[in-house]
Order: sequence, then structure tokens, then C-alpha cells
Amino acid sequence: MSASVLFDAPGPATRMRHRIYTAVASAGILAAVVYAVLKLNDDGQFEYDLWEPFVTPDYLGTLILDGLVDTVTMAVFAITGAVVFGFLFGVAKMSDHAFIRWPAWVVVEFFRAMPVLLLMIFVFSMWFISTKGSFLWIDQRGGFFSVVIALTCYNGAVLAEVVRAGVAAVPKGQAEAAYAIGMRKTQVMTIVLLPQAVKVMLPAMISQMVVALKDTSLGYAVAAPGLTRVGQQIYREFHNQVPTAIVLAVLYVGLNLLLTLLATWIQKKFVGEKKIDVVAVAAGIDKNRA
Amino acid sequence: MLDNLDEFFKGFGYTLFLFLVCAVASMALGILLVAMRVGPIAVLRSLATVYVSVVRNTPLVLIFIFFHFAAPIIGINFKWVQVHVGSFDFTSAFATAFVALSLYTACFVCEGLRSGVNAVPMGQAEAARAIGLPFGGVMTQVVLPQAIRASVPPVASALIAMLKNTSVAAIFFLAEATAAMRGLTNDYSSQRIGIFLCFAIGYIVLVEIVSMISLSLERRWRVA
Repeated sequence: MSASVLFDAPGPATRMRHRIYTAVASAGILAAVVYAVLKLNDDGQFEYDLWEPFVTPDYLGTLILDGLVDTVTMAVFAITGAVVFGFLFGVAKMSDHAFIRWPAWVVVEFFRAMPVLLLMIFVFSMWFISTKGSFLWIDQRGGFFSVVIALTCYNGAVLAEVVRAGVAAVPKGQAEAAYAIGMRKTQVMTIVLLPQAVKVMLPAMISQMVVALKDTSLGYAVAAPGLTRVGQQIYREFHNQVPTAIVLAVLYVGLNLLLTLLATWIQKKFVGEKKIDVVAVAAGIDKNRA
Repeated sequence: MLDNLDEFFKGFGYTLFLFLVCAVASMALGILLVAMRVGPIAVLRSLATVYVSVVRNTPLVLIFIFFHFAAPIIGINFKWVQVHVGSFDFTSAFATAFVALSLYTACFVCEGLRSGVNAVPMGQAEAARAIGLPFGGVMTQVVLPQAIRASVPPVASALIAMLKNTSVAAIFFLAEATAAMRGLTNDYSSQRIGIFLCFAIGYIVLVEIVSMISLSLERRWRVA
């Protein structure tokens, strides 16, 4: 809803009032920003020493870029796994056979209602205790895999629910028509229902990917590689907690905004912007009839 | 596991209490943010938009890191928080978790409320305007009562996510449920699967309680 619907086009008195509010609010924000900057300056947070690792090419290359690559790698693994997990269990939840449907339901509900961190720490402790080899190797790989496994299970369970809802949103007539022309159950699902469901699901799937990318930072708890770990190394060495936090936040926000941009682009490309399409109309008819 | 039930309940006590105070704080902040976002003052609108889009895209861990390691350096710390109730200690770890979680969740609550405001049909606001209500009247008399109903599911899911996110406080020295699990799995590593299942079920029960409350609210407020 555009804001204009909520209130009338303001008259002269209201415009004046709004101008006063705007001035007061701007002054307040400006004062807050200035205070923050001055405070940071007073504490010497803008000293070159503290920012040095972020402007020295060597550090940027080895630390930031490696961290970024690790984070993205974990996210890609986890998201790929989660999509596979999600489709498998989402379809399994819709199975006609109770002995497939119920276990799938239990698995999905279990992973969905649990904190990722709990799962991550658990996977890590399993890994850690079962492979008491060389410590360093475990330190790196164990963290990496516990992040990937935990995120796969959690996001997969969420996606399974998304898949189920997406398939349920496809008008009933589609499946009925597919059965009528003699398709088998698998064919109906893979040829008719899923391709249409994916279009409906895309926004939810992409926002789940943003969640997965953000959650890779939980790897901090299990000493997994990635941006937060690199950040920790940097501020332990340079004692520049404030700059590090700012730089890491900028990196994460940038990554996520990129992913969101990609999402909108994909959505435009594959779903199109037009609001009224055949599917939606059919859905409307279905709803009216039901 | 059964020998350590008190640790189990103490952990979940912290979790639950953290959840409750953060729920109240993030609701309050979220309402403030959404009022700024749909209001007529452009500066406040963009302030709220920037806040929401930045905080939404920052990992919670990073916010925790900021308040734990960065903020004390520039003089923001919570060392003055020293409340002891029974066997529970609410100190700086708790206060930091509270601030970080509330700030983080507020923007999801704001998004949920905004989607609720958006769900109110335009005709409602137009009709309210047509009978001469000012912005405040339109909001309090017509739009908000309907928007609150529509925003119960998204706000509830934001709160459920926050309940699960309380576990992040475990990394930052708060002895809540996840930290309790970590301690127990370290002490009794042979029973770690059982311990894990108990804590997972504990979280699942809490999540189910919150979602049941939300469902019953939804049912009670449903417009026929």
C-alpha cells in the first residue's frame, strides 16, 4: 500500500507540521551520527593502525578473501544440500503411502523446530569425538562439515515445507488433467506439478538462501572457517574489534543484498512480473468453486 | 541425563526468560519502526527502511560479536547489570544477549507488522479517509485493528525464530539451554545422542507452545 492511502494529501498546516517533524528528526539523526563519529574518533577508532589489515593487499587477499570464499563455499554446499533435502522430503510428505509420509513429517518437524546451533554443536561433538586424529585437521574440516550438515538439515526441512505449500498451491485441475491424459504419479509430480510449484516457491526459497548464508556465521561456535573466524583472528591480532565488526557487517550485508538482487532478477526472468496469468486465474476459479 | 534434570531446567529457564523479555522489547521496537515506516515523515521512513534492511542482512552472530567485543571498547558495556534471582544470575552476558536479540528481532517484527498493514484492503483506509479521519484516526480506528489480525502469523514466526536464536547466546557466555547441552555432552560424551534429543525436544515443546498461542489468537481474532 502506498503511504498516500493512509492519509490525505496534507494541507498547509499539516505540511508545516511535517516540515517541523522532518527538521527535528533530521537534527536528531544527524546529532546521533555526529556523536557516534566523534565518540569513535575520541576513542581513536579511526587510527590507521586499526584499519591497516583492511587496506593492506596481503591481508585482504589471505584473510578477507579466503574467509569470504569459505563462507560462500559453506553456503553453496548447504544450500545445494538443503534444496535436495527439501525436494526429497517435501515430496515424501505428500506421498500416498503413510509409511513414507509419517517419517518424512517427523524428520521435517524435528529439524524445523530446533535451533540450528544446537544441531551444529551436536554434529561437531559427534565428529570431534569419533575422529580423534590430528587436531588441526579436525578443527578445520570438522567445523566446516558440521556447519554444512546442520544448515542442510535445518534449511532443507524449511524448504520441504515450502515445496509442499508450493505444490499445494498449484490448481487441482492441473493434476487431474495430467492423470486424465494417462500420466503416472511420478510423471504428474515431476512434469506437471513441480515445475509450476517452483515458480511459486522461488521467493521463499531465495529468502531461505539468505538465511542460510547468514547462518554460516554460526560456524563461529564450532571453529569453522569463514568470515567470522577470520574476523576473530584479525581482532585478536590487531585489537581492532570495532573496525572488524564494521567491515564484516558490510561484507555480509553486501553478499546478502547481491543474493537478493539475483533473486529479483531470477524471479523477473522466470516468473515474470505480470500479475494475472492463467495459473492464478485458474486458482481463483478453483477457490470460488470450493 | 536424568541425574542432571536441574541443569536442563535451569538452561531452559534462561532460554525462556530471555525469550520473554526479548519478545516484549522487540515488539515495542518493531511497532515503533513500523510506525516510522508507514508514516508521513520521509526522513523517519528512510531511517526505518535503512535500519531494517541493514540489520536483516547482518548475521545475528555478528551483532553479538559487536556488543560483546567491539562495544565495550567504545564504552558501551553492560557490566552494571547485576541481578540475581534465586539461582539465576542476570549479568552482562544476559543483558548483551537481550540487546542484540531485541535489536535483531525488531526488524523482523517490523516486517511482519508491515505485511499486516499491507494486507488491509485499500478500500478500508480510503473509506476511513472519506469520513474525515486524520492519519492517527485512520490508523488506530480502522487499519491497525485489522492489520494486527493479519500480522499475527508473520510476527509469531519472527518470535519463534527468535526463540531458536536465543541459542546463539550460548556462544557468548550465557548458560542457557544450548550451553547446558554443550556442557553435558562434554561431561557425558557416551550419552550425547540422548542428551541432544532431550534438548531438541525441549526446544520443540517451547516452539510448539508459542505456535499454539499464535494459532489460538488467530482463531479468536479471525474475521468471519
